[in-house]
Amino acid sequence: MAFFLETLLGGLMSGMLYSLVALGFVLIFKASGVFNFAQGAMVLFAALAMARFSEWIPAWLGMENLFVANLLAFVVAVAIMFVVAWLIERLALRHLVNQDGATLLMATLGIAYVLDGIGQTIFGSDIYKIDVGMPKEPVMMLESVFEGGILINKEDFIAALIAALLVISLSIFFQKTATGRALRAVADDHQAAQSIGIPLDRIWVIVWCVAGITALVAGIIWGSKLGVQFSLSTIALRALPVVILGGLTSVPGAIIGGLIIGVGEKLSEVYLGPFVGGGIEIWFAYMLALVFLLFRPQGLFGEKIIDRV
Amino acid sequence: MKLRKLAVAASLAAIGLSAALTTPAFAAEEQFFPVLAYRTGAYAPNGTPWANGFVDYLKLTNARGGVNGVKMIWEECETGYATDRGVECYERLKGKHGGATAVQPLSTGITFALTEKAPVDKIPVITAGYGRSESQNGAVFGWNFPLVGTYWMGADVLVQHIGKKEGGLDKLKGKKIALVYHDSPYGKEPIALLQERARMHGFEVSLLPVAHPGVEQKATWLQIRQSKPDYVFLWGWGVMNSTSLKEAQATGYPREKMYGIWWAGAEPDVKDVGDGAKGYNALAMQHGAEPDSKVVKEVLEKLHAKGQGTGPKEEVGQVLYMRGLISSMLQVEAVRAAQGRYGKGKRITGEQMRWGLENLNLDQKALDGMGLGGVMRPVQTSCLDHMGSAWARVHTWDGKKWNFTSDWYQGDEKVLRPMVMLASGKYAEEKKIKPRTPEDCKK
Repeated sequence: MAFFLETLLGGLMSGMLYSLVALGFVLIFKASGVFNFAQGAMVLFAALAMARFSEWIPAWLGMENLFVANLLAFVVAVAIMFVVAWLIERLALRHLVNQDGATLLMATLGIAYVLDGIGQTIFGSDIYKIDVGMPKEPVMMLESVFEGGILINKEDFIAALIAALLVISLSIFFQKTATGRALRAVADDHQAAQSIGIPLDRIWVIVWCVAGITALVAGIIWGSKLGVQFSLSTIALRALPVVILGGLTSVPGAIIGGLIIGVGEKLSEVYLGPFVGGGIEIWFAYMLALVFLLFRPQGLFGEKIIDRV
Repeated sequence: MKLRKLAVAASLAAIGLSAALTTPAFAAEEQFFPVLAYRTGAYAPNGTPWANGFVDYLKLTNARGGVNGVKMIWEECETGYATDRGVECYERLKGKHGGATAVQPLSTGITFALTEKAPVDKIPVITAGYGRSESQNGAVFGWNFPLVGTYWMGADVLVQHIGKKEGGLDKLKGKKIALVYHDSPYGKEPIALLQERARMHGFEVSLLPVAHPGVEQKATWLQIRQSKPDYVFLWGWGVMNSTSLKEAQATGYPREKMYGIWWAGAEPDVKDVGDGAKGYNALAMQHGAEPDSKVVKEVLEKLHAKGQGTGPKEEVGQVLYMRGLISSMLQVEAVRAAQGRYGKGKRITGEQMRWGLENLNLDQKALDGMGLGGVMRPVQTSCLDHMGSAWARVHTWDGKKWNFTSDWYQGDEKVLRPMVMLASGKYAEEKKIKPRTPEDCKK
């Protein structure tokens, strides 16, 4: 029982981290109708900026305070992600207004490759460290209930809390602010939004900036866990089944989807894996998402699209 | 229109001039080596230092005057550790500059793909410390050269080492070893040897595959926490290694009980983990980090001091840099051996290179002369033994650097040879290859 609980909790915490990346997909889709394939590349780019500047700034300024160095690096990384957002709008999206979804998807695919390449060229392709003081050692809980207790990874636990906070903030932003409502209006219909005076170009820059910050937070958490290196961009592939399952337009869907996928893949690897040679968690997550789609094609919380003819 | 013609003429003149400047009128003989490398992608942190060491040794050879005056030339191609791109690189480079002398894919997957192409193209495939373990048998695998070490040999040495720690191989009875491996041809290589050793000594092996690139291992380490193996063998590459160490720390598995293969025992695998990797052990494929070796000092003096080094100066002497450098040295010495038979100062062909690789004899004097004394042990290949040396040591990460923590071990031929003969025999039967005889080798 203790082992089952450990696996379950481990899955839930991993799931929250997937949700963090999935949020980037949802944000941009919700606000612009673009399926942003570049979200993984944005996570890598943001994490590389954070890691390298937290290393360069102390060297340039001759300082040793880790907190200040990380804070300055965070500010620089945010600024860089804003510039990236502005460039994406200026150089790619502005020219694709009112194009169909497939065209926009292909554009983001191109953006992903460009960001991957430029990121590694500017910041290097080694493994870099982000040290934000996350605890690495595990803690044992419920030792009086279960023999040996239940192991909790403190780093994952804190990361899950940060992810939850970010999700709550974004939900409030979308539901309660004028900008959030404007974003949703743009997503519903570009032309209708423009006709009532919503500036499309500015809205797109804002949403890509928000997605950039989400990518930075995800990059810091994943980078602190795994080290900052190219594989971070593949984290997006872990978040894809989450958005398939949760629905592309729902922030709560990204969370619930993340939790289901996290738990599903960990339990499947531990309990089914040994019967089929192991290493199943990646494709099992997709299979799980596809099974859900059989019953709810729009995802758990996605909006049902009804076209009247 | 006139302006355009003028521009075209100027461009053609510039191309002609640059060709004239880069190709001496009386060019010395040149020996071409394709460099299949990966400096981008998931495995770049490990592939880059290897490639830098590999290229630096070719540069050093030229700085020493070439091989009897023959200069080494090379061209790099990015494989991204992907088999399809590796094969594409091979096809693109194999015929350039008069033909490739030999190829080193730095990927077991690409090695598998090139194994059937090599006999057709007559280009030796050198896989120093990786590739197919059964390709040690030169009678069947006439063009594969797993020089200095195979994965079966590596796994064998690891079992010997933990056997010694336990007080004898018989003490392994009832012990549990978990193999955490990259789910690829590379990661699967040691399984056969471990199962054979498990049968011999009565220990239990559990197999835990990790999917590419290896960043998601939580379930794997929860299984380890539950089954509590006595030892964990790590057969990872790239980010998978550091992730394993971080997950071991997060689940409380002692790093002192973890042993990596030589591709899981370099600086990129541990430096990001910091103190969390302290006590972690890995196999050293003869050499480890060798910052004080003579050859490293020579590279720094003759290349880096003149701004001609390939990568950062700080990397010179690190584990994977040395692996690349030694891999390069082995091919250069094979050229030298082949020239001894086919004509000093002459460019050699792929077929002649094979002879050179089958007649490598790097004794202590030769190693000392190259500045590799104390770095590695002598290597002697033959037509039937394409490995040439089966020595390895264990080194341990102390939080800042790798230190040797064991004496030398030699792969046990009594265990390895029958396995090599059986597997290569099966391959020969399947591919309808007539094994070479000692008489064939004399040709």
